[in-house]
Amino acid sequence: MIGAGTKIVGGTNPRKAGQSIGLAGVSVPVFGTVAEAMAQTGADVSVVFVPPAGTKDAVVEAVDAGIGLVIVITEGVPVHDSATFWAHACARGNATRIVGPNCPGVASPGKSNAGIIPADITTEGRIGLVSKSGTLTYQMMFELRDIGFSTAVGIGGDPIIGTTHIDCLEAFEKDPETDAIVMIGEIGGDAEERAAAYIEAHMTKPVVAYVAGFTAPEGRTMGHAGAISSGSSGTAQAKKEALEKAGVKVGRTPSETARLVREVMLAR
Amino acid sequence: MDLFEHQAKELFADYGVPVPAGKVARTAEEAREAAAGFAATGHPRVVVKAQVKTGGRGKAGGVRVADGPDQAQVIAGQILGMEIKGHLVRSVLVEEASEIAQEYYLSFLVDRAGRQFLSICSVQGGMEIEEVARTRPDAVARVPVSPLTGVDRALAQQIVTAGGLPEQARDGAAELAERLWAVFTDEDATLVEVNPMILTTDGRVVALDGKVTLDDNAAFRQEHGRFADPEAADPLEARARARHLNYVKLDGQVGIIGNGAGLVMSTLDVVAYAGEEFGGIRPANFLDIGGGASAEVMASGLEIVLSDPSVRAVLVNVFGGITSCDAVASGIVSAIGMLAGRGEPARHPIVVRLDGNNAAQGRRILDEANIAVVEQAATMDEAARRAAELASLAARGA
Repeated sequence: MIGAGTKIVGGTNPRKAGQSIGLAGVSVPVFGTVAEAMAQTGADVSVVFVPPAGTKDAVVEAVDAGIGLVIVITEGVPVHDSATFWAHACARGNATRIVGPNCPGVASPGKSNAGIIPADITTEGRIGLVSKSGTLTYQMMFELRDIGFSTAVGIGGDPIIGTTHIDCLEAFEKDPETDAIVMIGEIGGDAEERAAAYIEAHMTKPVVAYVAGFTAPEGRTMGHAGAISSGSSGTAQAKKEALEKAGVKVGRTPSETARLVREVMLAR
Repeated sequence: MDLFEHQAKELFADYGVPVPAGKVARTAEEAREAAAGFAATGHPRVVVKAQVKTGGRGKAGGVRVADGPDQAQVIAGQILGMEIKGHLVRSVLVEEASEIAQEYYLSFLVDRAGRQFLSICSVQGGMEIEEVARTRPDAVARVPVSPLTGVDRALAQQIVTAGGLPEQARDGAAELAERLWAVFTDEDATLVEVNPMILTTDGRVVALDGKVTLDDNAAFRQEHGRFADPEAADPLEARARARHLNYVKLDGQVGIIGNGAGLVMSTLDVVAYAGEEFGGIRPANFLDIGGGASAEVMASGLEIVLSDPSVRAVLVNVFGGITSCDAVASGIVSAIGMLAGRGEPARHPIVVRLDGNNAAQGRRILDEANIAVVEQAATMDEAARRAAELASLAARGA
């Protein structure tokens, strides 16, 4: 994060409050609470690495402190806990944007990086990316490193997540630094189908999509807690069809997807 | 984790959700004894139900009524050993037959789209709820449930009323719903479904069937292990789980190892596409070594994949984020050394594609190790194609 230009102004850990830690040669203070950290440093983003048992409390605390953005990196958060912190954020008036859990975070190459997306695999450019998968995000950023990205958002592959594909599409549509969007989905749920409907109704910028999991067997969870299909629902095929019906070009492989994005960007 | 019906009903009973008296039997003789027990209490009529984690048991002949112990034994003998949608029937649930007046539907589940929970209730029970939703959408109520406030008696009443349940069933159904909600939250379930929930001829509301899915992510604070079904697990999957590896056995010939669920799923797809050219070569497994995997994890994963007798070639596809490619390369080298030391040298080709964090160093480690079965590929597509090709050559040679 530091290498990518992120200003890390402090950490929070109630057991280590008052201490400091060395990050890339710079000493950073540790606070007892997010509220205290915000008051003393002006921090506006919290990146949560807290283990699953404590993740819910960490997010609720950050929301209560009124921070603008919480990125939840932690994998393995019980879905009841994610549902609870999301409901809590809604009850607090949705003033905090939550990304994740089980995600690599948000990166704007050349500007900032909140999370664990490797900083040096791509360049600054005008593609926006939203993805359920971390490593597919990296793969795509790497394939299109010559064109570059405005912002990449890893939203995570859990059944309940804070920021969705649609939230990101909406943000990219409004973002003057983004010309086209690549959207990466996978089996499970119907987020891609809903995104397809949203794209058809609201997006003027071109969207290229990729869906992983065509060979995944029915009824098996494929790594991500949310990556499971049952019957005809949640399959990669259904998602691809919904997206194509909405006029979205869907790549068969990550490299074909990158090629489609390249065509769209070069045509502009 | 999905539960068997009898496990779901044991959970229901723990929470005071009314269920019929029943007993699990693993042999026809045990089924007879169970039925004899019910007959002794004045309930000779029983239902013998196949215990498999799939729907459509009734249609497949896996749920049948018996008039007494003799018939229960015969029927259990027919159902045990049946295969229903690929699931072998290893046990049956022998249950007192209920006098059914009406059949309803009730469930609580995770509502991904709404980022909350949802209750579904319908006066039309006993068939798949998706089917009811299609044919009679007006008969299916979907009531959002906030995780912050949950289901109290008032909301339970609202749910069963919205589902169109008749007056005489509402109080019993609402009470059942409130208790079912406790199962859902206290057990960290992602689905609890009662279909059918019945009104008996004497006016009671009872869960006649039960389906429960538990959240594996909550295992650290639950005792879900008591529901594990070691018999059903694939032996390779069981070994992988014991090593905390995220592994799913598939039916192809190319062993797949990668980091990150999305990239591994994508790798399976790309191998299957490439395999079309080589006579239908397919991925043999899903294995995600996860973020920040060490050399030990990589070695452990490679050992599992190589021990799969259907594997003809292996593809390692890693894009290093927090996972460092030099650790992955070291893991490959040490796994191969370990297997050779044990007198089981790796005989299958291993195609490796490394990119991202420390990729150059990882590639150098593999080059310098100079292992005969390991070859590197520059891109994911090239690696998938080569692995499919090698698997096809090996399959033909075998």
